[in-house]
Amino acid sequence: MHAHHAPQGFIRKYVFSLDHKVIGIQYYFLALFSVVVGMSLSLLMRFHMVNPDAKVGWFGTLWPTAAQGGIMTPELYLSLMTMHGTIMVFFVLTTAPQGGFGNYFLPIQIGAEDMAFPVLNMLSFWTTLVALAVMVSAFFVEGGAPLSGWTGYPPLSGIGKLAGPGEGLGQTLWIVSIAIFCGASLMGAINFIATLIDLRCQGMSLMRLPLTCWTWFVTAILGLLGFAVLLAAGVLLILDRSLGTSFFIPGGLMVSDQILNHKGGSPLLWQHLFWFFGHPEVYIAILPGMGVTSQLLATFARKAVFGYRAMVYAILSIGFLGFLVWGHHMFMSGMSPYSAMAFSVLTMAIGVPSAIKTFNWIGTLWGGKIRFTTAMLFALGFVSLFITGGLSGIFLGQPALDLYFHDTYFVVGHFHMIMGVAAIFGMFAGTFYWFPKMFGRMMNETLGKIHFYCTFVGVYAIFTPMHYLGIAGNPRRYSDFTNFDFLGKLLPVHVFMTHAAYFTAAAQILFFINLFWSLKFGKKAPMNPWEATTLEWTIPSPPPFDNFGGQHPVVNHGPYEYSVPGAPRDFIMQTDPVDVHAE
Amino acid sequence: MPGSVTSDIIKPPAPPRGGGFGGGGGGPEGWGASRRASMTGLMVLLAATTMAFAAFTSAFVVRRGMSNDWVDMRLPRIVWVNTAVLLASSLLLELARRSLKTGRRSGFNRYWTAGTVLGGLFLVGQAMAWRQLNQAGIFVSSNPSSSFFYLLTATHGVHILGGLSALVYVDVQALRLRLGPVKRTAVDVSAMFWHFVDGIWLYLMVLFLVWG
Amino acid sequence: MLLAPIIWVLTVIIMYFFAAKVWWFPPPISQHGLAYDAQFMRTLVITGIIFFFAQFALGWVIFRYRNDGRRASYSHGNNKWETIWTSATAVLFVGLVLTGTKIWVAVHLAEPDPHAIPIELMSKQFAFQFRYPGPDGKFGATDLTQVNDAAGNPFGLIDADPAGKDDIVSASLKVPVGKPIKLIMHSRDVIHNFFVRELRMKQDIVPGMEIPLYFQADTLGTYEIPCSELCGLGHFQMRSTMQVMAEADFEKWKQEQAANK
Repeated sequence: MHAHHAPQGFIRKYVFSLDHKVIGIQYYFLALFSVVVGMSLSLLMRFHMVNPDAKVGWFGTLWPTAAQGGIMTPELYLSLMTMHGTIMVFFVLTTAPQGGFGNYFLPIQIGAEDMAFPVLNMLSFWTTLVALAVMVSAFFVEGGAPLSGWTGYPPLSGIGKLAGPGEGLGQTLWIVSIAIFCGASLMGAINFIATLIDLRCQGMSLMRLPLTCWTWFVTAILGLLGFAVLLAAGVLLILDRSLGTSFFIPGGLMVSDQILNHKGGSPLLWQHLFWFFGHPEVYIAILPGMGVTSQLLATFARKAVFGYRAMVYAILSIGFLGFLVWGHHMFMSGMSPYSAMAFSVLTMAIGVPSAIKTFNWIGTLWGGKIRFTTAMLFALGFVSLFITGGLSGIFLGQPALDLYFHDTYFVVGHFHMIMGVAAIFGMFAGTFYWFPKMFGRMMNETLGKIHFYCTFVGVYAIFTPMHYLGIAGNPRRYSDFTNFDFLGKLLPVHVFMTHAAYFTAAAQILFFINLFWSLKFGKKAPMNPWEATTLEWTIPSPPPFDNFGGQHPVVNHGPYEYSVPGAPRDFIMQTDPVDVHAE
Repeated sequence: MPGSVTSDIIKPPAPPRGGGFGGGGGGPEGWGASRRASMTGLMVLLAATTMAFAAFTSAFVVRRGMSNDWVDMRLPRIVWVNTAVLLASSLLLELARRSLKTGRRSGFNRYWTAGTVLGGLFLVGQAMAWRQLNQAGIFVSSNPSSSFFYLLTATHGVHILGGLSALVYVDVQALRLRLGPVKRTAVDVSAMFWHFVDGIWLYLMVLFLVWG
Repeated sequence: MLLAPIIWVLTVIIMYFFAAKVWWFPPPISQHGLAYDAQFMRTLVITGIIFFFAQFALGWVIFRYRNDGRRASYSHGNNKWETIWTSATAVLFVGLVLTGTKIWVAVHLAEPDPHAIPIELMSKQFAFQFRYPGPDGKFGATDLTQVNDAAGNPFGLIDADPAGKDDIVSASLKVPVGKPIKLIMHSRDVIHNFFVRELRMKQDIVPGMEIPLYFQADTLGTYEIPCSELCGLGHFQMRSTMQVMAEADFEKWKQEQAANK
């Protein structure tokens, strides 16, 4: 598996490293960079929505064509929106939880020395970075970034410049970037699955896996099957754009007074292929956060996860059912109403394992002894946000109600609550929990708690009002609200959300200060600061290059043996001897 | 037993043998990944490939069924030759593996090299098929049936290229007499991938002949 | 701990804004709208109850089980509770879908009314155009090559077809009150979406497809139509109106349009 010697030299150790821990950190910082970009884009969007005619000097400098005179044009708004969604979904939510924490901790939690294929692992990170570079480059080409949303529906995305600014080279670069990302994702999936199946140490049976490992495993399977389909869709779209095929573009189209040459394609075909990937994608975004939450609730409530087996089945069902519900993104698309009914029942079904997990989290806390560390606060916050975000899905999963709510802010509120907040809280929780292990230092708890409370209240303030806007019928993807009587009345809500966004974004500065300051000056971390039970807490902080120092751990206990009656202390580590009272 | 979770369903895997985590080099990506992991990795890769072709197939079926402008495409005749060449290459790889099992290294070298060469010939033949279509005025945008033909053969060709690199790698190692026991995994994994891509080709031929 | 009261306060605030209907649907103007609102309320009540109890329970365990020196209890779960809340959730969620099915079927799977007034809708970047068949009851043939927005021929009516001579083209939708309407929807370029809040209905308009939408408006008034599928830079400006008129007024309007040709 590994060479006998640790890697030497700066490049080998920190740049082109084969060490899953270094690669995990690289993914994490890639995600951190991406989230700053994505968040900045969203602030620009929120500013424009409530100040559509504002003249802002540096807009004109950055975007001389798209913001002439410093006024953001609608097409610029839409391109910012497209890139916001794309960067957040792919380069934040699909990297940090899996490529970041998963890469770092999966091998350690199963007692392995590294991932099954270290070279492939390294390649997966660098390929992701290339994909990000290509994506960001779309901002800088003629016409700028595409404006068709992260969902890129053709014909808008399939007919080139005629459809609007950014639809030329910008859209092509977007597709190419995503195709590259699909490749990177596939490489990652191969590693995660092979590692989990084949490299578990002695005693680490499947039913003794920490729930984090289960979520990383199922997430990898979702990615494996889903990204391949996205890649196929992307190839078809590029062919339509560049080689005159008509997979997605029908005949009889006139755009900008030009009659197009295409014939016979189906815009719905793109939607089916995209959402067949797209729905599993959102579970890829949330499952690792669920695993982290389970792990942290057990650790900080000093109590085993309530219903471990049920949690595993819930993860597996969510993964499986996740492939059967993609049509709920297409209720209004013109597809068969019978299909809509089938997808609706399946969508409601997937609410059941999600509910099981929520009840089990509360059940884990019940009778516990809760320590309110920052990590725990974020895990608790995850549960609250997941309840809120999940419940709004009950409205959207019914085609009858979707007749009004499709493409309104109700949808925007729903997915931001789940992905833009709950999933992010999963990442914050993971950060505060694992930072001591990864960097050998503790993060600052005071700063962490202030950051948590500001963020928790802030995100509720930003995203809850979106549900009310949805009820009032506010359509999404509008660059401003000055053209409709009924929208003008809703402007105060948008102003409120914009200010909440500024506040919450500002609060993130506390997190960055905490992160970077603690890297250098945090208190030195012991091996097991949280008195937790899983394997990563049996090795030094930070771990040696081969994790277990050449030893092969042997596991004798389940992952969450807290507060076991009769045991000498209130936690039994997985590698503790079978008889914990033995010397 | 206080504290332990319900009894294990899966027997825990045996600890790694012979040298454990340090075992010698080899394996197509270096640093000697264990055989079992390599097999799992291969299965995962095949699953993804299957999904990609499944997606294209569904696009094919949908597109064919929904409009009346589909004109069935006549396969260029060389495609039959290419199919035979590909099947032969798979056969030769299998003969190579049999030789290796009975220790006949030179037999392995001969068969494996022949199989690799035929694999390369397949690609050349596919390029010729494309050329023939071009000359007959059938391009990628001419008709949905030709769009799919070019798309599917190109995608398949990319996979052949990937497989071919693995075959070439193994061949070079064999000819340099560097095919130790650890590299057997590389032999098996490349051969299995190759057979799978071969199978995809047969599937595509059926698709073209029955529906194209 | 501090988190518990924060969760409770947020929960109450959130529920207040729903209960007080501070930002709400406009009043419905059809039977379908009434059925829609009833299903919405059913869903809101059920999810509201779950929301309240789940957030309350979360806050409760946070508060009650904060570390105060006791030892935590030891449990791997409780199959009885697991079964109860799983079944309850399944019944509630699937039940909601089933009660909504009637509404969905009525909109998309019901036998179309043969007397529904046909009106064609053509959407393009960035406007809706409507067409009425005129006294002859027939829509005239169209051809893309004849399209000329500037000259007032967005549908591309062909001179050669006499059936098109009396077709009425309008930038806004006019319908008679209380009569079934069949809106025949096309798109000339990208995907758009027809949405009227008061009708509680929307439908994607997909190029290459002809999609019918049946509805009946029972209340007079003028209602805004915001495009509801991203269609390009003018998406936010793509607006039309639906005016529901008394039948006599509707006939008068049609005659005026015919006279102005």
